[in-house]
Amino acid sequence: MIEAVGLTKRYGAKTAVYNLSFQVRPGAVTGFLGPNGSGKSTTMRMILGLDNPSSGQVTIGGYPYRKLPNAARQVGALLDAKAVHGGRHARSHLLSLAQLSGIPARRVDEVLGVVGLQDVAKKRSKGFSLGMGQRLGIAAALLGDPQVLLFDEPVNGLDPEGILWVRNLMKALAAEGRTVFVSSHLMSEMALTADHLIVIGRGQLLSDMSVKDFISANSADFARVRTPDTEPQQREKLTASLTEAGGQVLPEQDGALRVTGLPLPRISDLAHDSDVRLWELSPHQASLEEAYMRMTQGAVDYRSTIDPKAGLQQPLPPGAQPPMPVPGQGQAGWYAPPAPQHGGPPYAPPQGQPMPQGQPPAGPYGAPAPGAPAPGQPQPNPYAQAAPQAPAQPSAAPAADLTKKSEDAR
Amino acid sequence: MSTPQPPLTQQPPAPNWQGAPGTSYTSPIPVVRTHLGHAISSEWTKIKSVRSTIWTLGVYIVLLIGLGLLFALIAASTDMSLEGESPLSLGLFGLMLGSVCLITLGVLSTASEYGTGMIRTTMTACPSRGRVLAAKSIVYFGLAFTVTLVTTAFVGFAQVAILEGNGAANPTGEEWFKATVGVSLFLSLFGLLSLLMGSLIRHSAGAITIMLGVFLAPLVIAIFMFSESLRNVQEFLLNYSIPSQLGVFYNAELGSSGPSGWDPLWIMLALTGAAFVGAYALLEQRDV
Repeated sequence: MIEAVGLTKRYGAKTAVYNLSFQVRPGAVTGFLGPNGSGKSTTMRMILGLDNPSSGQVTIGGYPYRKLPNAARQVGALLDAKAVHGGRHARSHLLSLAQLSGIPARRVDEVLGVVGLQDVAKKRSKGFSLGMGQRLGIAAALLGDPQVLLFDEPVNGLDPEGILWVRNLMKALAAEGRTVFVSSHLMSEMALTADHLIVIGRGQLLSDMSVKDFISANSADFARVRTPDTEPQQREKLTASLTEAGGQVLPEQDGALRVTGLPLPRISDLAHDSDVRLWELSPHQASLEEAYMRMTQGAVDYRSTIDPKAGLQQPLPPGAQPPMPVPGQGQAGWYAPPAPQHGGPPYAPPQGQPMPQGQPPAGPYGAPAPGAPAPGQPQPNPYAQAAPQAPAQPSAAPAADLTKKSEDAR
Repeated sequence: MSTPQPPLTQQPPAPNWQGAPGTSYTSPIPVVRTHLGHAISSEWTKIKSVRSTIWTLGVYIVLLIGLGLLFALIAASTDMSLEGESPLSLGLFGLMLGSVCLITLGVLSTASEYGTGMIRTTMTACPSRGRVLAAKSIVYFGLAFTVTLVTTAFVGFAQVAILEGNGAANPTGEEWFKATVGVSLFLSLFGLLSLLMGSLIRHSAGAITIMLGVFLAPLVIAIFMFSESLRNVQEFLLNYSIPSQLGVFYNAELGSSGPSGWDPLWIMLALTGAAFVGAYALLEQRDV
């Protein structure tokens, strides 16, 4: 059991972690998530007594780490796989750690076997690949057969077999009643491994709940609504009516609407009331990644921007579609449309995305309006409408795919 | 942030988490109470499992034996009359050069842990930081002392044997003691000072540079002090420079008003003690 109370860490004027309180309980895998620079590693270092908190405290089983009797037998940690002396053999490295906490030497050979490094036990760790380094770090964490385990990015650089092994290892360790605290950026991995999530952003607690609750509490579940592609004004009408009823509406690339905050029957009723036909009304279960993005998008410090290639691109010839941005790039609001109650125009398009209102034929994001060809007509050559220039081509292909998808939906 | 804060965020823990059956794990491996002995055996494993130890100590031994024998052979072949001088003092040159190796080994045994990040692994495995520093100091001091003692004793015997016919005085018991145990203690303490400097500076190159400065700078500065008004300063720097203090053990000091007898050892002991207290205090207090 790890317990942090009001944990704060300042480096000069910069506050890395602020007033963090959480508990990590035994018998479960607890995921520790947050954007780059959000204070995850600092928190882990404070848990392990490496950094002293500026204020607050963190205890393991009721003791501050540095007061634990024989800490290595109670807590095992993988902080940085490269935190080893590269000139030392893998076995010597583990042996020195084992001797430090009075662990019998044969335990070293056991954990080398567990992580699959027995063949390179007498090799210098300098020559290890990232994945082998991770395995060595995991071996060091398992050495004391501890009750509490901390892993910082354990699957970095591991091969698929290694990732599967780490996933099962975490679950097995937790099933034995141990406390397992794992940080990772791989959302798909976390969704499979973790039972509980602690999310921080800019050093502050954003969320502390089970994975299931996390996904639904971040209401990343949404309904996909599609109005007849041939009548764009119906889409505008429905959007206005849904927004008025308190829903949040975000247009998707293919012309469908992503509606949150309203139950499906209500959406249907509203559509009926405003005399709009629906071609699609489907529930969409969000992934952990989407829920995470939604939650942390306001706390991301390092975000990629659109590469403008200023002055390097030739002007697009008339009729060519500008290339679509990569989803998420330079679009802070993609995962979380501004909620109406938090100010701002209710139907404000997410920033960075030109949303041509009142120009129905053009789809959002500058994509051609889906379903432009009349139903029943053969699909036009998707590349025919693209400009002869290379940059414009990638835009046409996905748009054409989406067009096809919307055709299929009919 | 626009995301609505879920009401569950500050939920108190479920009441039956603690003490619930089956939720705590107990290792079958017996837990022992750790002490300094564990840290010493760990540090011994560490120091003997890296190549830098073999290299620095190897070069150190080669310098001590090579230069010691070389000077003895030169003295023997040129029929230089030593006129009652102790042949042991010919070992001084090897020690002066060799101490650079001890500086390097001392600094590397602490600072390299910071350079590689290994220190975090070590301090996680043993949060009693002072114990780790003490174990490092003991292991290093023991190794440096043993190697120096054995090598100086060997070189001393060889020199006495080579120069037997050159009228050299047979060294007295005290001379023997000072030229072996005395210099070994002095140089091991100086190396330990480097180790503590490595812990204070936490950077290999920086700490080695500082220790080379401590070793050479007073002598170099003193050589260029021509002015009469600085005579006293020059005298002081010459007398208390490390090479001169090392020479005291062979009665070959550079000045006459400086430390004599066993004084250099006490000075070095005080310096190293102060450095240990400083390094210990900083280590306990700083973030790793």
